[in-house]
Amino acid sequence: MSDLDQFRTEVRAWLEENCPAEMREPVRGDDDVCWGGRNWQFKNEAQKLWLERCVAKGYTVPDWPKPYGGAGLSAAETKILRQEMARIGARPPLSSFGIWMLGPALLHFGTEEQKVHYLNQIARGEIRWCQGYSEPGSGSDLVSLQTYGEDKGDHWVVNGQKIWTSYADKCDWIFCLVRTDKTNKYQGISFLLFDMETPGVTTKPIKLISGNSPFCETFFDNVVVPKHQIVGELNRGWDVAKYLLGHEREMISGGGLGDGAPSLGAQLKNSIGTNGLGQLDDGILRAELAQFDVDALAFKAMAERFGDEMKAGKGHPAQPNMMKYAGTELNKRRHELVMAGNGSDALEWESEASKGGAKARNWLRTKANSIEGGTSEVMLNVISKRILDLPGA
Amino acid sequence: MPMFLNEDQAMLRDSAREFLKTEAPVSHMRKLRDEGCKDGFRHALWKQFGEMGFTGILIGEDDGGLGLGHVEAGVVLEEIGRNLSPSPFLTTAVAGVSALNHGGQHLKDKFFPGILAGETVLALAIDEHAKHRPAQIATKAEKSGNGFRLSGKKQFVVQGASADALIVAARTAGAPGETDGITLFVVDKDAANLSIDNTRLVDSSMAAHVTLDGVEVDGDAVIGDVDNGWQVLSALLKAGRAGSAAELVGVGSGAMDMTVDYLKQRKQFGRLIGEFQALQHRAAHLYSEMEIARAAVLKAQQLLDEGQDSADIFVSVAKAKAGRSANLAVREGVQMHGGIGMTDEYDIGFYMKRDRALNEFMGDANFHAGRVAEIFGY
Repeated sequence: MSDLDQFRTEVRAWLEENCPAEMREPVRGDDDVCWGGRNWQFKNEAQKLWLERCVAKGYTVPDWPKPYGGAGLSAAETKILRQEMARIGARPPLSSFGIWMLGPALLHFGTEEQKVHYLNQIARGEIRWCQGYSEPGSGSDLVSLQTYGEDKGDHWVVNGQKIWTSYADKCDWIFCLVRTDKTNKYQGISFLLFDMETPGVTTKPIKLISGNSPFCETFFDNVVVPKHQIVGELNRGWDVAKYLLGHEREMISGGGLGDGAPSLGAQLKNSIGTNGLGQLDDGILRAELAQFDVDALAFKAMAERFGDEMKAGKGHPAQPNMMKYAGTELNKRRHELVMAGNGSDALEWESEASKGGAKARNWLRTKANSIEGGTSEVMLNVISKRILDLPGA
Repeated sequence: MPMFLNEDQAMLRDSAREFLKTEAPVSHMRKLRDEGCKDGFRHALWKQFGEMGFTGILIGEDDGGLGLGHVEAGVVLEEIGRNLSPSPFLTTAVAGVSALNHGGQHLKDKFFPGILAGETVLALAIDEHAKHRPAQIATKAEKSGNGFRLSGKKQFVVQGASADALIVAARTAGAPGETDGITLFVVDKDAANLSIDNTRLVDSSMAAHVTLDGVEVDGDAVIGDVDNGWQVLSALLKAGRAGSAAELVGVGSGAMDMTVDYLKQRKQFGRLIGEFQALQHRAAHLYSEMEIARAAVLKAQQLLDEGQDSADIFVSVAKAKAGRSANLAVREGVQMHGGIGMTDEYDIGFYMKRDRALNEFMGDANFHAGRVAEIFGY
């Protein structure tokens, strides 16, 4: 038996023994996803236990080095762990922007001290992070951001406003782009970390078309940030931001993979209805679903290829932009079809049967997928310029 | 298996790329077309395929081949697609060999040496109507002495008039629509009562209408088991579909590369047309679709090589996705080339024609999306 086969056997046995049955059920609501943080209320004992066991094993961030809270797994081992988790339907023990976005940036740009301190907190789910990037006047044109950090010797005093800060009202710390030099557009931004409980930080949830408020406006009024809380060099925060955006785009593209069920058409069979041949009784919708399933499975293969190539250092560095574009457009299509397939049932906004309008709200939420983290149009610009090398792009 | 080519496969790709770019670029195909070549390919090139070892990729080492897999065959096919190189590789060395691998040793001994040498050409006589519907096979094979007597009509038999033998799918039992009762035969080109009507297709490849009017074959001509040919046919089709999907990725990539190059050269309104965002976004979307198609094809090939059951569905995903993506590539290619793209002198039109034929080969994107729905039970 090869080492990897051996590893698979061990992982399988460990999961069998340690993943609680409740954590193998599909995610049904927001509170089924464990985000961690100071104020996290575990939904049940199983969620808590599953997190604790994975933390002890380093499995919340399996491919991070052990000193930073990971399990130090190789790319191949990590893939096996994910496959084995998927096999039994195990939920991720912890979801967080710390894992997907800040962590990779710290691994790349952080000092040893920062890595030990922040990465372990992230791995254990102790600190929940939010991202301070967009501003009211700086959306797609992010680099025009105005939030300013005034140099006061051993600290900065930050003033300004961020928008679309995901879960800012629930998060403990923020990683934030702050202008530290007004004379230089690209090389005048620094990447700062600070506690959301620092005096002068306030948040205000934004109600979206889904009726939910996953995003906030975040205001900074003379917020003091010590100098050691900078990641990377002074005024070179744009490099960190771009690196991190790659991971954000990768994360958002994951929405294209859906909930792991192999076929949307099969999922919608009961609600749509079938004819005597057992086929969906709406031929055009069936065709659309079949096309969708083809595209979704092909994208799944692409996601696997993308992951393997990135881990092996083979992929094009701008490929996350392609993944983000394709994954989000696919996810929007998925939810259009979920709405079509569930007909008037899916229109119910408040009823118990509709779980408070979950399908409609999720459908509306997906419309932001191709806007947040860089719009589809910006992704296409980046592909044109960096991959296809088209002129003047 | 990671989802990228390993070192050996990458080396094979490099040598296939170099070989086809040098020996059979698009100008080679154009020359054959202009000459009205009755084979639609050069036997000399096929011989070179043998010398390069390509024809033995799917033949086991015990039988003198390389004992490699569908990933390797696909690597060669993608380069064939990119160069629009006409050859019997897909039908003979990929689909044909995959069927014969399910047959008796006597058939392997009879055909593999010639295939390895790049001499023998096989053609596939499966389709009976304009659309690919393999379960609908009606061609009859009735018991006759120690063998069978075959009667029926076949079409879209690629290179049928140039082949040494035809692999014919016929019905020994059951009715059209049933998968049971199908049997595969190898029929010699010179068999009595066999007529092969050669015809040129839109992409200047050659295909034949074949009429079997009581063709006698002996029992040795059966590939696999009588009445259980669906299994052999499925192996043949999976190989051919994954292979044509790989070739489509090559066709689409070739068309895309040509088009992106053109966007960087052609000037209108005082600037390069590639500066226009309307074209940039379409090119970037096309790039995305082609990348996804390539991944789907590689996944299907890997699953086939691992012998996984899920290969079946992924082969259809691959053929559907590659079909749609390559089709987008050639349509965008002609449009973005503008007037010059409509001229015979320019190569982009050849890509459009080849895409059309390959899309139709062994089931188009609609057929395969329908198969996906069927397998998923809706």
